[in-house]
Amino acid sequence: MNAWLRQHRQAAIAALRRLGVLNTAVIGVALSLPAGGYALLENLRGMTGRLELDTQISLYLQPSAKRAEADAIGRTLRADPRLAKVRFVPREQALKELSGVQGLAEVIAALGRNPLPDAFVVTPRTENVEQLSAELAGLPGVAHVQADAAWARRLAALANIGRVAIWLLSALLGAGLVAVTFNTIRLQILTQRAEIEVSKLIGATDGFIRRPFYYMGLFQGAAGGIVALGIVAAGLGLLNREVRVLAQSYGSGFRLEFLAPGDALAVVVFAGLLGSLGAQLAVARQLREIEPT
Amino acid sequence: MVSFSAVAKRYPGGQEALKSVSFSLDAGELAFVTGRSGAGKSTLLKLIAAIERPTSGSVIVNGQNVGALKRAAVPYLRRNIGLVFQDQKLLYDRSVFDNVMLPLAFSGLPPREAARRTRAALDKVGLLGREKANPIQLSGGEQQRLAIARAVVNRPGILIGDEPTANLDAESAALILEVFVGFNQVGVTVLIATHDRSLVERYGRRVLRLEEGRIA
Repeated sequence: MNAWLRQHRQAAIAALRRLGVLNTAVIGVALSLPAGGYALLENLRGMTGRLELDTQISLYLQPSAKRAEADAIGRTLRADPRLAKVRFVPREQALKELSGVQGLAEVIAALGRNPLPDAFVVTPRTENVEQLSAELAGLPGVAHVQADAAWARRLAALANIGRVAIWLLSALLGAGLVAVTFNTIRLQILTQRAEIEVSKLIGATDGFIRRPFYYMGLFQGAAGGIVALGIVAAGLGLLNREVRVLAQSYGSGFRLEFLAPGDALAVVVFAGLLGSLGAQLAVARQLREIEPT
Repeated sequence: MVSFSAVAKRYPGGQEALKSVSFSLDAGELAFVTGRSGAGKSTLLKLIAAIERPTSGSVIVNGQNVGALKRAAVPYLRRNIGLVFQDQKLLYDRSVFDNVMLPLAFSGLPPREAARRTRAALDKVGLLGREKANPIQLSGGEQQRLAIARAVVNRPGILIGDEPTANLDAESAALILEVFVGFNQVGVTVLIATHDRSLVERYGRRVLRLEEGRIA
């Protein structure tokens, strides 16, 4: 057991010595794309998670509508079993709320009269918002209907597309990592041809000869993963300078967060495993061909 | 220790290196294999170390049938055979010491014991003072002695030299042969291939003379 451990340590040290800076950098840059994309997506998800995703429908009445008409519409809405909540927003209240928004008070004051209509804000029970919206738009006195959460849904849908794209990118660049490692190890085997031949002559087992190459693939992949994390951290740091300026203008302390520790570890481990896979493919192909003659 | 019976070796392409070779070498024996170049000397030695496999006949080494040996078993056979080649197959990216140490890397010996054995092997071939040198700095004779040190560091039962004195001046060649004889005196079975008749005659040992793929 002791001898076995010693042999593994020797193989690992030999592999570390041969680790190439350039190959590690190539792998790091390639992996930083999906890792960085994932970090941005996670940030986006955190953001949309804080938003109200309950769909609300706003019904704007015709500006000419009288309060009595509004009351009639309100009764119809409250009687509708598909609606969970119905809230009436009189035009005066809407104007007051709008005046509270920074910078708009002066604009409204300049208008001289209230341009806003009465409105209802309803929360539907049904999922079929589109159809309900169309129906509500048909009520007499209703000028315009808007499903408020649509944009949030679109954002979530976009995030899902982004997620699929990240997975595709990860798969492609993961395959690239295997190929890069395969080639590196293949070349390394060729440069060590003499050593391998001599080792076979003096009784080295195949396992002994393969071991340093497996370690090299593993370490190169993992080192590439660490480089990728470094690139992502540096990139987010640069972005955060600008994000902070933007966020402050909204009175928010929002900043882009780095990958969660578990995710960061997964990047390194996964990269290491892919590197090891590339090494195994190269070794399986190359090592049998080198036989002493 | 080594036993050939009716061994033939035909290489792909039809070249027949050995037609029918039978002999046996007892443990502790020293013998020379002679013959013109191309007579099959190297092939005979390679068959012992499973570098080549016989086309027919059987090669028995240490009681193992080399022709039927599984790939995974070959390294363990070779650990009991010290091989010295005409081109020494040294590694020039490391020191004399590390070259000799190489076979001990997979022996499982503790590092201190491995270092001790390495020095002992270098001492036996008279290279103890050069352990930090690179093999490229050594003379031809010294390189050949280094190859012998590497071959014997694992204390094999069989030591094989394939033209170990070729390319050497008479004095260096005699020194190399003395080293081989020295190992034989401590019980190692030794087989040396050479085309140098005068060297062989000087020792008066057993000679296996190869002619046209047979022992004459």
